[in-house]
Amino acid sequence: MTAPLLQVAHLSMRFGGLVAVDDVSFAAADKRITAIIGPNGAGKTTVFNCLTGFYKPSVGMLSLRHPTRGELYLERMEGHEISARAGVARTFQNIRLFPRMSVLENLLVAQHNKLMRASGWTIWGLLGLKSFAEAEKAAVEKARYWLDKIGLVAQADWEAGNLPYGDQRRLEIARAMCTDPLLLCLDEPAAGLNPKESHDLTTLLTFIRDQHGIGVLLIEHDMSVVMGISDHIVVLDYGRKIADGTPDTVRRDPAVIRAYLGEEEAA
Amino acid sequence: MAEAAAAAAPAAPSRSFDARAALIESAKVAFVVLVLAATMVGVEIADVTGGHEVRTRFGQVAAAAGVAFAARYVLVLLRHGRHGPVLVGAGAIAALLIGVLAVEWATGQRTIGRYLLPFENPVMDWVLAAIALFLFGRAAQLRRLEGRTASATEASEARWGDRGRWLIRWLGPAFFGFGLVFPFLFFIAPDIVDRRMLDIAVLVLTYIMLGWGLNIVVGLAGLLDLGYVAFFAVGAYSYALLADNFSLGFWICLPFAGIMSAFAGILLGFPVLRLRGDYLAIVTLGFGEMIRIILLNWQAFTGGPNGLSGIPRPTLFGIPFEEPDEDKLTFHGLLGLEFDTSHRIVFMYFLIFALAMLTNAFTQRIRRLPVGRAWEALREDEIASRSLGINPTNTKLTAFAIGAMFAGFAGSFAGTRLGFIAPEMFTFLESAVIVAIVVLGGFGSQLGVVLAAILLIGLPEVFRELKDFRMVAFGLAMVGIMLWRPSGLISHRDPTIRLHPAGRGGGS
Repeated sequence: MTAPLLQVAHLSMRFGGLVAVDDVSFAAADKRITAIIGPNGAGKTTVFNCLTGFYKPSVGMLSLRHPTRGELYLERMEGHEISARAGVARTFQNIRLFPRMSVLENLLVAQHNKLMRASGWTIWGLLGLKSFAEAEKAAVEKARYWLDKIGLVAQADWEAGNLPYGDQRRLEIARAMCTDPLLLCLDEPAAGLNPKESHDLTTLLTFIRDQHGIGVLLIEHDMSVVMGISDHIVVLDYGRKIADGTPDTVRRDPAVIRAYLGEEEAA
Repeated sequence: MAEAAAAAAPAAPSRSFDARAALIESAKVAFVVLVLAATMVGVEIADVTGGHEVRTRFGQVAAAAGVAFAARYVLVLLRHGRHGPVLVGAGAIAALLIGVLAVEWATGQRTIGRYLLPFENPVMDWVLAAIALFLFGRAAQLRRLEGRTASATEASEARWGDRGRWLIRWLGPAFFGFGLVFPFLFFIAPDIVDRRMLDIAVLVLTYIMLGWGLNIVVGLAGLLDLGYVAFFAVGAYSYALLADNFSLGFWICLPFAGIMSAFAGILLGFPVLRLRGDYLAIVTLGFGEMIRIILLNWQAFTGGPNGLSGIPRPTLFGIPFEEPDEDKLTFHGLLGLEFDTSHRIVFMYFLIFALAMLTNAFTQRIRRLPVGRAWEALREDEIASRSLGINPTNTKLTAFAIGAMFAGFAGSFAGTRLGFIAPEMFTFLESAVIVAIVVLGGFGSQLGVVLAAILLIGLPEVFRELKDFRMVAFGLAMVGIMLWRPSGLISHRDPTIRLHPAGRGGGS
């Protein structure tokens, strides 16, 4: 068996005296959905922010196996490089679309680096060269593919900010997928969705895992989503990892039950 | 039944109208106007031979208060759904005022107007007529909407929105066409378009170009730059100094001036672009002042407060606009025309027109390229852009440099137009005016910049006749825009690319 796609080793993140993440290690494989769960304030989003370059971890190593570039250490990379070079894409807990831009434009911005090269860093594009027009066409086709998957083809020219909430959530996932990631990090994608929308979301995520063969890292509170689609679950509590395993083992783990339901009082 | 009908027509005249309350409200407004006008209008210090003299114009103050009283009363009437009397009253007053003003304008004499028009200044009377006309139109509109259901009102508003979009689509080409033929009006109809109008047009076009350049930085990339005039200054001084020291012509210096300004933009951008929002605005403001102070104090290089003069005029492919000379080829000599300095102004007009159009074409094009979309994405959400692999620093730097480059072009034009530049031409006020043009036009809207530049630069020039009231009129216009169009004159944004062809399908 080859090394996992993402290896998180001894990750710690301190904000002054507060230890948000304390010596957490886990791995995420490709073609698998790995969920990170835990009560509020357990440090899940902090792990994500370390992974995607928004924070520099205080201690720890985040290594990603890239098929062509070899081993990449995310903690040493700039925020934008993590997406551009390492292929880690993310969505946000509170949706961060480009609200005044159209849905299609949102998906084209996600393909920025590829299009930038095709436009000769703007020069060929200004001159109107054919190669750029073709690259843009291909980018639009990719966008259309994902719009089709999330069912928003008809709304492609709407302002993204005018979409209903559930559509915005799915659009954010489609936008992350347009960057051609190796690892997709989703921060509470089911938050605020109704049961039908959550169901559509699980279908979309399993589709991404099975058909695109990438790793998915998922923070989620909705247990029906987590238990239904995760291949592997990591449980955090107060910044520490308390359990790690398949949904079934995690569900029965006494430490997890204690973290979620509280300890029985000693008689 | 009756209750349902009343609920369906919210503006029905059945709503109680309290004449006493309305009178009190109007009186309050009139009092405020009276107090304000008494100090601003009522007392005038006039220059007379041998000193100053205080003149009073209390008649005018009373007229202003009276107008305010009447207008407020009419507004209250409208609010309570009494359109009928307003329609008749405001219509009659508007017709009367416009009639008298038109007759006086046509005959060029002040006749019956002396008794009928409340203000001494015809411009103020025209404004009054416009207010009456507006109230008349509003009353007519409300009357038409009366009794309609909410959905019908909404449908009519949607239709207006469509019409507005249609108007915007045609306004651009219309302005372009007008800009192209405008200088010829100077030859055809010198009564309407005189030399002064042509000068104002050149000035407005310069500001349009600056507005378009800043629109890249503020409108697209969302970086509030309050020191934009610094790049304008760098461009102007680059041209003047290159021309002065190396005797280079305008056309060779123009690209150099642009490059120098772009370079200044990068130089400023590197350290400050990690700042956001207000902090960036303050630093750019400081940078603008720094450039001006350097220009002011570096005597040996920039000429200090005396500025630089004798900046060479641009030529038409090497053919100068000068007085015909035996040995030299000049424009007029070549075409066998009689020498006329106004021809050079027309040439200047076309020069800035071409430069402005270049800026516009460039912006329109780059908006559709990945870098343009990345600018807008950064404006919308920097964190999300970063998570998609966009390098924020580089992307912002390109916006800064390109915006600065166009300011540089405009700067060298400004230098060559006046033949003289000095540091005091590049004060913070200029930056503020350019930012105001962009904000007023509606962030990122090219057409909005044109409208705002005409409004902010053209109208104050045209309204010089208003003398002291010029800035009052300006302030009024600004207040009106803040009230009615808080997000700028044109806040509509067209997507840079469409999946479905433009038109009905899928519009929101």
